Amino acid sequence: MAENIFLEVVTPSKVVISEEAQIVVAPGSNGEFGVLRGHTTFLTSLNTGTLRYKDPAGQEKLIFINGGFAEVLPGKVTLLAESAEKKEDIDLARAKKAKERAEQRLAAKGENVDFVRAEASLRRAIQRISLVG
Amino acid sequence: MATLKEVQTKISSVKKTRQITSAMKMVATSRLRGAQESMESFKPYASKFSEVLSSIAGKAGEDASPLLVPKEDVKKVNLLLCTSDRGLCGGFNVNLIEKADKFIKNNLQDKDVVLTCFGKKGRDWARNSGITIKDEYLGVVGSKFDFSVASDSGRKLISDFLEEAVDEVYLVYSEFKTMARQEAMMKQILPIPSLDEIISQEAAEQPAKDAPYIAEHICEPSSDALLGEMLPRNIYIQIYDALLQTSTSEHAARMRAMENATKACEDMIGELQTIFNKTRQAGITADLMDIVGGAEALNG
Repeated sequence: MAENIFLEVVTPSKVVISEEAQIVVAPGSNGEFGVLRGHTTFLTSLNTGTLRYKDPAGQEKLIFINGGFAEVLPGKVTLLAESAEKKEDIDLARAKKAKERAEQRLAAKGENVDFVRAEASLRRAIQRISLVG
Repeated sequence: MATLKEVQTKISSVKKTRQITSAMKMVATSRLRGAQESMESFKPYASKFSEVLSSIAGKAGEDASPLLVPKEDVKKVNLLLCTSDRGLCGGFNVNLIEKADKFIKNNLQDKDVVLTCFGKKGRDWARNSGITIKDEYLGVVGSKFDFSVASDSGRKLISDFLEEAVDEVYLVYSEFKTMARQEAMMKQILPIPSLDEIISQEAAEQPAKDAPYIAEHICEPSSDALLGEMLPRNIYIQIYDALLQTSTSEHAARMRAMENATKACEDMIGELQTIFNKTRQAGITADLMDIVGGAEALNG
């Protein structure tokens, strides 16, 4: 069994995760990438999506990641995200509401609608919902 | 000399004031703790970010992002002013407003100045002195807020900058130095001061033992593209940091102001109590004199 890699997920409001993992799979902006211990140093921006990792016991865990960066060092992965939530912390009702709201805003096609933002929030909501579901 | 009744009313009114100020002090203390905690929990993010940013900034060219390019002719300036929503915190807001005011009067005489106000006090000042208010965000400073507040306002500033609606952006905020010292500070956030500065700032902040930080990353997408994404975020971080510091400073300033007020109340109560005792004593003496006088008259 290969050695573990240290995973850290940091957001402006707190350190969400700081623990060992067997493997980390993160949503990079050029596509999903997996990291094992000994990976070469590597820096990438992230998409909104799901971070998956296996803890030392081999159990897979999911985390919602909203944009940001990942820095990969041989023994450590650091993710800087604007927000991140563990699967059990996701508020499904809130995400569903956010999804409805964003859809309404996109459907309204008004002058004052900020499409980029509405789309981004829709994407976030969908990601959250699919992660839980 | 005041009558007994008057002094008594005064004492009780000062006591009530003291009750209020000491309650406000306690509220400020507990909020201060919360604000300090969020400042602390932001630190890992900020320091990791600046570490990565400086390592990548070293590789990218000076013209990697339009946010780095200073405008030749600076006409329109946006000042981001962080103040509190509420008063009763000593000279806190006055200091911040003075800083902004001086800067506008000394350096921006012939420019178009607009303000982005965080906090009611700064907004009210801008209204009274006739400065155009571009945006105002109330209920942020001094309460719990999200990173999204900073990134939303930062996004607006950046798009204004790119559309040439504004040429320079400055940030006025209160730096939380210690519990007893908060200092009004100002810094330029757009255009971003040169990358060398970011790197040297980072070098100054990092203790020497961390210096040999291996920074040869493979970058995805290119390092320039990454930098282009990181620089705006660096601005959000600066705004968020300024807001956090201003909030913490506000609570610290209020705590001190209320502590002083409570102390002043106590002094006043002491003085009034002395007056009260003297007046009471004088009254008793006068009454005794009357009785004695009356008795003498009866005996005589």
